[in-house]
Amino acid sequence: MAKTKEILRGAEIFCRALKDEGVKHLFGYPGGAVLHIYDELYKQTDIEHILVRHEQGATHAADGYARATGKAGVVLVTSGPGATNAVTGIATAFMDSIPLVVFTGQVPTHMIGNDAFQEVDSIGITRPCVKHNFLVKDVKDLAATIKKAFYVATSGRPGPVVVDIPKDITADSCEYEYPKEVDMRSYKPVVKGHPGQIKKAVKLILSAKKPMIYSGGGVILGEASAELTEFSRMLGYPVTNTLMGLGAYPASDKQFIGMLGMHGTYEANMAMHHCDVLIAIGARFDDRVTGDLEKFCPYAKIVHIDVDPSSIAKNVPVDVPIVGDVKHVLKDLIPLLKQDKQEPDAEALAAWWKQVHDWAAIDCLKFDRTTDVIKPQYVIEKLCELTNGDAYVTSDVGQHQMWAAQFYKFDKPRRWINSGGLGTMGFGLPSAMGVKLAFPEETVACITGEASLVMCIQELSTCLQYNTPVKIISLNNRYMGMVRQWQEFFYSSRYSHSYMDALPDFVKLAESYGHVGMRIEQTGDVEDALKEALALKDRTVMMDFITDQTENVYPMIANGKGHHEMHLSPKLASETRELA
Amino acid sequence: MRHILSLLLENEAGALSRVSGLFSARAFNIESLTVAPTDDPSVSRMTLVTNGSDAIVEQIIKQVNKLVDVIKVIDLNEYRHIERELMLIKITAENEGRDEIKRMVDIFRGRIIDVTDKTFTIEMTGAGDKLNAFIDAIDEALILEVVRSGVSGIARGDKAIQS
Repeated sequence: MAKTKEILRGAEIFCRALKDEGVKHLFGYPGGAVLHIYDELYKQTDIEHILVRHEQGATHAADGYARATGKAGVVLVTSGPGATNAVTGIATAFMDSIPLVVFTGQVPTHMIGNDAFQEVDSIGITRPCVKHNFLVKDVKDLAATIKKAFYVATSGRPGPVVVDIPKDITADSCEYEYPKEVDMRSYKPVVKGHPGQIKKAVKLILSAKKPMIYSGGGVILGEASAELTEFSRMLGYPVTNTLMGLGAYPASDKQFIGMLGMHGTYEANMAMHHCDVLIAIGARFDDRVTGDLEKFCPYAKIVHIDVDPSSIAKNVPVDVPIVGDVKHVLKDLIPLLKQDKQEPDAEALAAWWKQVHDWAAIDCLKFDRTTDVIKPQYVIEKLCELTNGDAYVTSDVGQHQMWAAQFYKFDKPRRWINSGGLGTMGFGLPSAMGVKLAFPEETVACITGEASLVMCIQELSTCLQYNTPVKIISLNNRYMGMVRQWQEFFYSSRYSHSYMDALPDFVKLAESYGHVGMRIEQTGDVEDALKEALALKDRTVMMDFITDQTENVYPMIANGKGHHEMHLSPKLASETRELA
Repeated sequence: MRHILSLLLENEAGALSRVSGLFSARAFNIESLTVAPTDDPSVSRMTLVTNGSDAIVEQIIKQVNKLVDVIKVIDLNEYRHIERELMLIKITAENEGRDEIKRMVDIFRGRIIDVTDKTFTIEMTGAGDKLNAFIDAIDEALILEVVRSGVSGIARGDKAIQS
């Protein structure tokens, strides 16, 4: 006898579908439109619901969880303000291609369009910042829509998907069956690269005299770090990673020459400018990476591997485009490179490496180590040392983010978690919380600044409630540091509204939330304080480092400049001139 | 350069706004856009006329293709193709002017589909240029109302776009 299917209410279907999808954590905040769902969540134990203190925190926490694990982060918010508060987090995930499934409550179907209480057109508002969104109009579609949402979010170039569920749908009933597979005629992500294009790429890659491998966040999203590493080591070519790609290739490896772009290393940017073959893998030629497009890689033939065809030739024309999943394409490339009769030109490569090492000898990240006042770079360097470069590090946006990218040496993928595309201040703390929930045994540090930190400070409550002991490394310079830096450089030091007056006492603030607060004011105290904080394994620690107010992020490519037109720090620039 | 894009998309609420929203969000041009369900009611066919350099049109096609509701996109410029537009135009037609307008409609192979003692309403199809030429040929002061459908296009020969 065929097993009869269960009849479930929409709210039950929601919980069962998440369970069948393997969801363990749900970040959310209740409200009128989702009360049926919350009632079902109360009755079950399969999914842990994390009650955030603001819906932005829910999306960032789910985002951090997704970046660290590779699985979709899952969010549940109510209609109206619940949905609009979530939008910043959805857009953050969209810009960095992070898989999220965000469920928004909606007013009952018959009230949609009537300006009902807490009604907003969530589908319309989120449309430009999601990979796709769905409005569920019939409870019979609910399970299949949830399945599709997870499939779309996690396949191809990942991204956030919003599912808007009117309240009456969660009360209606139907037979429940969770689909095993999804087939959408309008959505078929490419996996394998074109064999002819791959062959062309082999020829070009092996013909290089001054090659450069430029890899981005796509390698991390595509779980292709091992393949990238094998590919790069086999060729012996220099490797640079984008901000989003850090950790895809081990930073401590001798072929790694640092991050590229606006605050990348001198050697990485100079090598980009002078290379003759550029191999771009899972990167999208973002404006913070390329500098002025007119001056970008003027001597290079370009191979570009990316799963998203629209990323190819969007900003920069390429010679050999390969559309495909980076892992598959690299797996196809590696044996062909091995089989090919041609070998990389060893002599040319040696000369190229000598040139790269000469650029590196400038030591572009050098900072003053003699001061009592704390240099922010030093704090990150020490954190890296004390955590063996193996912590999960989230960050907010600004100077501290760039210093973290420059000074924390990521050897593994998914360890570096930051808002690269949208540049969302307030991302660091909630995302750290999400990572800690995914990996309770790992060290999770949030490198932040006092301006970013206060944007989602309310999540300190969530950290206590769900016991997510993260280490908050706040580089407190009493300024919005990156704004101040631009105002110093480009606005004759008119520090318009970038000074944070009336800051809270962060030690007391941490304590009032039930955590440990520490203030560190001298360089000599940094190491011991970090050791002490890291030893407090089961406590959230807020470390308020009072850092040098005038420190700037160097080197830097100013707007409208090319990779070869980097500014070094003034001290280094004068030393370099003396050498010359 | 002017390109005519032909799209097949899921006939679902919101599919049209995904396409039009993409064009405004990415600052692409839309000259005209028409959409209606096909013989398969679950699929809509859209003809979209846009302008841009080759690089921009390539990017438009890639971005449109990326929309989850879009099943297929082709650039009709890559094929021998036919384009047609429907125009309904209401013209003041009084006294001796009535004959002149009737003759003009015949020359352009239009049809008068509604008549009052003071007006003609004319139906005309053709490429956009032909419709423009007709408008230019009529005294501007006589034109009361112009309704144009925007361009629909199809490839010549046995080439067919199917979902």
